[in-house]
Amino acid sequence: MKIGYYPGCSLHATAREYEESLKAIVSILDIELEEVRDWACCGATSAHATNRFLSVALPARTLMLAERQKLNRILAPCAACYNRLASAHHAISRDKKIAARVQSILGSDFDNSVGIVSIAELLSEVTATIRQKAKAPLTGLKVACYYGCLLVRPPDVCGFDDAEAPNSLESIVSAAGATPVKWSMALECCGGGFSLSRTGSVVRLGRLILQSAIDAGAQAIVVACPMCHSNLDFRQNAMNERGGIEKRMPIMFLSELVGLSLGLSPARLGLDRHFVNPSPLLEQIGAAKTAQTRGENA
Amino acid sequence: MSRIGVFICHCGENIGRTVDCARVAQSLGELPGVVHAIDYKYMCSDPGQALIKQAIQEKHLDGVVVGACSPHMHEKTFRKAAAAAGMNPFLCEMANLREHCSWIHEDRENATDKAIGLGRFIVEKIKYNHPLSPIFIPVERRALVIGAGIAGIQAALDIADGGCDVVLVEKEPSIGGHMSQLSETFPTLDCSQCILTPRMVEIAQHPRIKLLTYSEVESVEGYIGNFQVKIRKKARSIDDTLCNGCGECQKNCPNSKIPSEFDQGLGKRTAIYVPFPQAVPNIPVIDRANCALFKGRAKGVKKVVCGKCADVCGRKAINYDQQDSFVTENVGAIIVATGYQLYSVGKKQDSELLCGYGEYGYGDIPDVIDGLQFERLASASGPTGGKILRPSDHKEPKTVVFLQCIGSRDPAKGIEYCSKICCMYVAKHAMLYHHKVHGGKAVVFYMDIRAGGKGYDEFVRRAIEENHALYLRGRVSRMYRNGDTIRVHGFDTLSGEPMVIDADMVVLATAMRPQPGIASLAQKLSVSYDQHGFINEAHPKLRPVETNTAGVFVAGACQAPRDIPDSVAMASAAASKVLGLFSKELLEREPLIAHVDTATCAGCFHCERVCPYGAIVRKEIKDGRGRFIKIAAEVNPGVCQGCGTCQATCPSKSVELEGFTDEQIYAAVNAL
Amino acid sequence: MSATGSETKASFEPRIIAFVCNWCTYTGADLAGTSRINMAPNVRIIRLPCTGRIDTTFIIKAFERGADGVIVSGCHPADCHYTAGNYHARRRFALFHDLIEFIGIDPRRVTFSWVSASEGGKWAEIVNDATERVRSLGPFAMYPRQVASSGEQHA
Repeated sequence: MKIGYYPGCSLHATAREYEESLKAIVSILDIELEEVRDWACCGATSAHATNRFLSVALPARTLMLAERQKLNRILAPCAACYNRLASAHHAISRDKKIAARVQSILGSDFDNSVGIVSIAELLSEVTATIRQKAKAPLTGLKVACYYGCLLVRPPDVCGFDDAEAPNSLESIVSAAGATPVKWSMALECCGGGFSLSRTGSVVRLGRLILQSAIDAGAQAIVVACPMCHSNLDFRQNAMNERGGIEKRMPIMFLSELVGLSLGLSPARLGLDRHFVNPSPLLEQIGAAKTAQTRGENA
Repeated sequence: MSRIGVFICHCGENIGRTVDCARVAQSLGELPGVVHAIDYKYMCSDPGQALIKQAIQEKHLDGVVVGACSPHMHEKTFRKAAAAAGMNPFLCEMANLREHCSWIHEDRENATDKAIGLGRFIVEKIKYNHPLSPIFIPVERRALVIGAGIAGIQAALDIADGGCDVVLVEKEPSIGGHMSQLSETFPTLDCSQCILTPRMVEIAQHPRIKLLTYSEVESVEGYIGNFQVKIRKKARSIDDTLCNGCGECQKNCPNSKIPSEFDQGLGKRTAIYVPFPQAVPNIPVIDRANCALFKGRAKGVKKVVCGKCADVCGRKAINYDQQDSFVTENVGAIIVATGYQLYSVGKKQDSELLCGYGEYGYGDIPDVIDGLQFERLASASGPTGGKILRPSDHKEPKTVVFLQCIGSRDPAKGIEYCSKICCMYVAKHAMLYHHKVHGGKAVVFYMDIRAGGKGYDEFVRRAIEENHALYLRGRVSRMYRNGDTIRVHGFDTLSGEPMVIDADMVVLATAMRPQPGIASLAQKLSVSYDQHGFINEAHPKLRPVETNTAGVFVAGACQAPRDIPDSVAMASAAASKVLGLFSKELLEREPLIAHVDTATCAGCFHCERVCPYGAIVRKEIKDGRGRFIKIAAEVNPGVCQGCGTCQATCPSKSVELEGFTDEQIYAAVNAL
Repeated sequence: MSATGSETKASFEPRIIAFVCNWCTYTGADLAGTSRINMAPNVRIIRLPCTGRIDTTFIIKAFERGADGVIVSGCHPADCHYTAGNYHARRRFALFHDLIEFIGIDPRRVTFSWVSASEGGKWAEIVNDATERVRSLGPFAMYPRQVASSGEQHA
């Protein structure tokens, strides 16, 4: 299948491994990504915290470009970008005044016809293919699926999975052969964009999440958002230093986890870019070895 | 030429503020056939009615049009006034200038024009009205009460004590309803079973009450005064004429692991069971889905599997081959008192409108229970003997969190109404918990406290002041299992602090809903119901125990969430309506029924085919000398309900519906 | 009401007759009134006991006599006060739909709906939708508007 692709700022910068792993797996899964040409920032937290109209118009421009490219759906792997794009789509379809203003700013006809999917929604559509093509299923790997705030909420905007008890990530993780654990912090906030301005809060929240995953018996946490990844991975040292978390828990992007099950090497998937080294865990479950011996798909 | 009087009501400000009543009266007064046209402040008042009566007599009116509120409101009032003045009441009609005009429009010009138009419809129609005489039909002075919870029990006893026979139908094996499951009742903390069981026994012993338990209404035919109700008596597998309630069968049943419905799943029962010791009738029933013998039969096993109960029954009362049977009862009135069920927080809901609570675990977290389950824990006859022990490990919970408004008042979950009883029973639960668990801590998360009854607010204050329940105004955003406890994330809006409580047990005050299957029962009775299934009353203020279907009344929680005192009061009210209905020998019916012109009827009988009531009969038409001419259709005036489907279907227009003839309707349409 | 014939589409106020059943829609319209729900003033209700009573000739007559649109509304299926009247209405209407198109009346001028006694809001929506729809179709111009035989004017 072909689908539009909106990487967003972080997939070309601090979360490069997310894009690398995503691009590595899509060809195996028969998905073709067509990047939206001339896309710009979605506005992230800054836009919606300062000016409502800006927070709608910025993503709307991207949606307009996607429409011009005759794409009827686009994938936004970053959960925050996904949420901003979907919120803009939702606001324009609900509020005639906003729709009119957006129309006038964009200076062009815009039908608001492009749908936005998260990586969870996209990969949920191909779980059968993942299962079929899993050369190195991650048997025995216990994974906590972390949704964060923006992947499935608000339910009216996202319209996918259950906003209070989601399970799309679990079904994808199961298709990759791993075992999702039952835990209670799947939807709790990681601190989001406060990583620099309120680092203490981010560390505290991250500690709660990590501890809960450890208590549930998880060996790794899978995420679908560069912000969540950064807060849980980059800040794990601080969580360790400020007390509490003993273990080192690798944080993986969903595309990295799926890539491992498809037999791709950790290096190819960008797993060496993480702060918390996943290699010990991967060795433990024999993933690295398996990938080396079985070779990898181009 | 007609002599019609037009009376336009201001209804105080209700019509007068938006509609220029004087102009309406004047405009209608100019229509040919209208000889009197006035407007007045309150037509339904005594002086207003006097104006009508006076005009009828002085001007020899043969038609009266009152432009006022909805005919559903005051048609009877004005018809009575007309009759009192000597005019046939069916020559009086109303134009709806309030609900259909002044109350829904703002522009005076538009509203007045429309009022004139609506008035004109009725003026032109009434020129073709015929004087009609009421029809009298006999009344079967027997009532059917559907549902034997406290409301049904009260209604049945009141009607029976009033001297009329009652058929009381209950779908469960025993009467008593949810009240029999309760531990104590607010605000008196009376033991629920202690006040209920004497009533239950009275029902069983009352000579005028025919009790059909484990039975359901199958179909309803007929109309007020003359209903024929077919009732399915489900097979208990016990011959109730032989069983003496000794209980040996239950003692010997090998399957005792079935979750008990009476204990809301917290206790177990056997496959052959009596739901609770004080059940009326004290006759067991076999749960065929879980009985080994019946499961064996279903699989086609030739040998008889089990059969223990039949072996030990000293009266040979067990009958494995019993089938459902049917009885038809003739009754004159029906009371619906089917009560409620509790909303479930689970993921699967039986209605598209509803949504469960994923944030509370969709009901999968052990030790998160609902109000009825707490009642069973607290009840001395319950699965824990009255001790508050949590379901997962039977330990005494030291911290219990109660959540009010679960489902209720929450449009996001599909229930926007308040369930009325929860504030009171949560206070009661907090009190009972305090009495039973020393050192236990009860925390209540609430939005508001609705305790409007007699002694109710004082009762809640007691829970707070004497029983030290901690009341936090705020909601709970999430709860999840955290080791041995349930971590509850809530908020106290009065102090502005988030509250995280590690509870041993959580009790959810879930919303009250009508019983499952209510829609299908309502359709059988032709009564209307709202999107939640609550039965619609005829008028919320003035006719709260009647429905829009003549002869069918409603009582208790099936009409709206309600506590025991109000359910009992409503049941007595419904019973009094029934007794009023039965107080006459003959029932006067409105004569707006169909009539066949046998001269033009060709005897095709399309009408017979479409009549929902079977009111068309075939009549032989003979000439003056008794020679047969043809067979024509005839309407049975006792059965016809006046829907008019026959007239719309008749190819020769030989059947006419009084009050809605083609002439009348075309006259109205021509007046556009 | 404004004069016929010379109205432009934009300023024209449609005249719509509604044939409704007494038990459901009429009561639902009463509820809309009690709830003070504002709606377009273009719809005038004629009360019938049941939609089963509706002869399709009423609808044609309404157009003949100057209506620009017609609404027929009754109880939801399975809820008819007379058990089956609304089913007959529905069947009749299904045949009628083809007929009116054949004789040249735009079927969008005729609305068929189910409104229960508790659906005041829905009734208002139907009134408003029908009014706007008929407004956009313009005045019904097939039959010259007849003046009633007694010489009265339309107000």
